[in-house]
Amino acid sequence: MTERPISDLSLVWHQIRYQNRIFWRTPVAAFFTIVFPLMFLVIFTTVFGNDRISEIGVTFGQYYASAMAVFGAVSATYTNLAVQTAIARDDGILKRVRGTPLPPWIYIAGRVGSAVYIAAIAVVVMLAFGSVAYGVRIFGESLPSLIVTFVIGVACFAALGLLVAALAPSSDATPVLANATLLPLAFISGIFFISGPNEPAALRAIAGLFPLRPFGLAFHDGFDPLEVAARGGWLGQFHWPELAVMMLWMVGAAVLATRVFTWEPRVGEREGGRRRRSLAAR
Amino acid sequence: MAAIVVRRLVKHYGDVAAVRGIDFEVRPGEVFALLGPNGAGKSTTVEILEGHRTRSGGEIEVLGFDPETAGRDFRERIGIVLQTTAIERELTVTEAIDIHGRVYAGRRSTQELVELVGLEEKAGARVKTLSGGQKRRLELALGIVGDPDLLFLDEPTTGFDPSARRQAWSVIANLTSLGKTVLLTTHYMDEAQHLADRVAVISAGRIVAEGTPDTLGGRAEASTRVSFSLPVGTAVGGPLERARADGDRYVLEADDVTRVLHEITGWALHNDVELIDVTVDRPTLEDVYLELTGGGQDD
Ligand SMILES: Nc1ncnc2c1ncn2[C@@H]1O[C@H](COP(=O)(O)OP(=O)(O)OP(=O)(O)O)[C@@H](O)[C@H]1O
Ligand SMILES: [Mg+2]
Repeated sequence: MTERPISDLSLVWHQIRYQNRIFWRTPVAAFFTIVFPLMFLVIFTTVFGNDRISEIGVTFGQYYASAMAVFGAVSATYTNLAVQTAIARDDGILKRVRGTPLPPWIYIAGRVGSAVYIAAIAVVVMLAFGSVAYGVRIFGESLPSLIVTFVIGVACFAALGLLVAALAPSSDATPVLANATLLPLAFISGIFFISGPNEPAALRAIAGLFPLRPFGLAFHDGFDPLEVAARGGWLGQFHWPELAVMMLWMVGAAVLATRVFTWEPRVGEREGGRRRRSLAAR
Repeated sequence: MAAIVVRRLVKHYGDVAAVRGIDFEVRPGEVFALLGPNGAGKSTTVEILEGHRTRSGGEIEVLGFDPETAGRDFRERIGIVLQTTAIERELTVTEAIDIHGRVYAGRRSTQELVELVGLEEKAGARVKTLSGGQKRRLELALGIVGDPDLLFLDEPTTGFDPSARRQAWSVIANLTSLGKTVLLTTHYMDEAQHLADRVAVISAGRIVAEGTPDTLGGRAEASTRVSFSLPVGTAVGGPLERARADGDRYVLEADDVTRVLHEITGWALHNDVELIDVTVDRPTLEDVYLELTGGGQDD
């Protein structure tokens, strides 16, 4: 083939557009990703009241809006990507794609790009709702740090989501695997419960080794007026150790997912490793 | 140069030997059909040639590529209709063709394809609302959207109603008139008869016969058959004694049809017996096929 009339970049763009379309036409997924975290926010603030949290000096609304924004972003990338990619694989959709000239990386980029776009919407909707309903404040100095944290966070959880899809023995097992890993982590990572100063140090240390707590911490701190003031300047807001932890997980997950990812349906698969074809094959 | 060359192809799934050393060649512009009972190894063979599966042994060449290592250039030139697949359920027919067509450097228009497979009325319908046969027609459209030089069709018309099948046949015949090559599998002997230039019968992973649909298994040389039935209780006599019973019908193998017909109708008139539903034919492709694959007893 000599010149191609279509560039890879425009292919990526179209893949993202179509994946988005499919997402919005699946109301259950849209509900769980966008509305569910909002419901949590409303429930938490109703149960606890929107008072100042004594240990950390912000309101419940301010804290939970940021926590639920992270939760929404992680659902959109980790859970959704894992479940939807595994279903598409077992339905034979990935196999069909593999038989066309579309480079595998572009197909995957389309799925990831769409998931990240949905994650961004989940975060923006959460913060907009939080500021209207609970007076959540956003600080200009911490915005660059929040954006970078978001990008690295969703990239990390997208890689992990693809890894779960690749490891799941069948698409039925994928939601179980995704939730069984995400939910316990959310409980110890300050997503559902506020991680105040009286939290056991060991638990905090363990949670800090996984990527969710670093994501949550780097995000809440950007909404904590005392923390923002203490760190001073926009560059000071960056949480380098937390970003580093997420990046390590991202690279590890991406490398492993590339090795174990398959394009063939896995239901009734008996051949084991022989049919596995890595993402990097082409 | 042949479009497809297969030499001593072998495929094992664990202990199951699905393909046990098959050889064939498909010439450019030819429609080549693989026939064979369930589990014979047709899909395995086809998917190895498409690059979906790896082979355990043997050599293959498809459009000059080794499908196992071939990339975008190879896939640019082939079209695939798999035996079982799915299309994104939430897309419409038009959208599905559109997104699949985009990935090819040279493609056929969405509008043209919708008409070609007879889905005009469903163009805006979601894939999940299509009937089984309509979905299959969409898959055919997706198979040819990239204007392929070589088209793989694994049981393409399963679930088609008779008129949709005819329409699909004309689509495929049209492709071959443009010089495209087609590798087809089917369980419909009339489909093979109608479309294929050559057929190969696979049974238990081996090719047991190969030829044109008209000559397969000595069909061309086989004698003509005259068959008929008789009113209940008729005593068989004269030339009818040479007939063999086949269910409630009688069959005569005839090298000299005119004479045989004359003899039996003469006998019938003379004895005032009515010959019911007289037919004269050669063994059909299906007869030959059943013979070659063990009389329809699937094992
Ligand atoms: N992924 C697989 N793992 C293990 N065995 C398989 C696999 N795919 C096919 N087989 C086995 O290989 C043999 C050939 O299967 P194949 O699908 O090629 O048959 P086929 O000729 O296409 O049959 P059909 O007419 O039913 O489509 C069968 O015995 C089947 O059980
Ligand atoms: Mg088959």
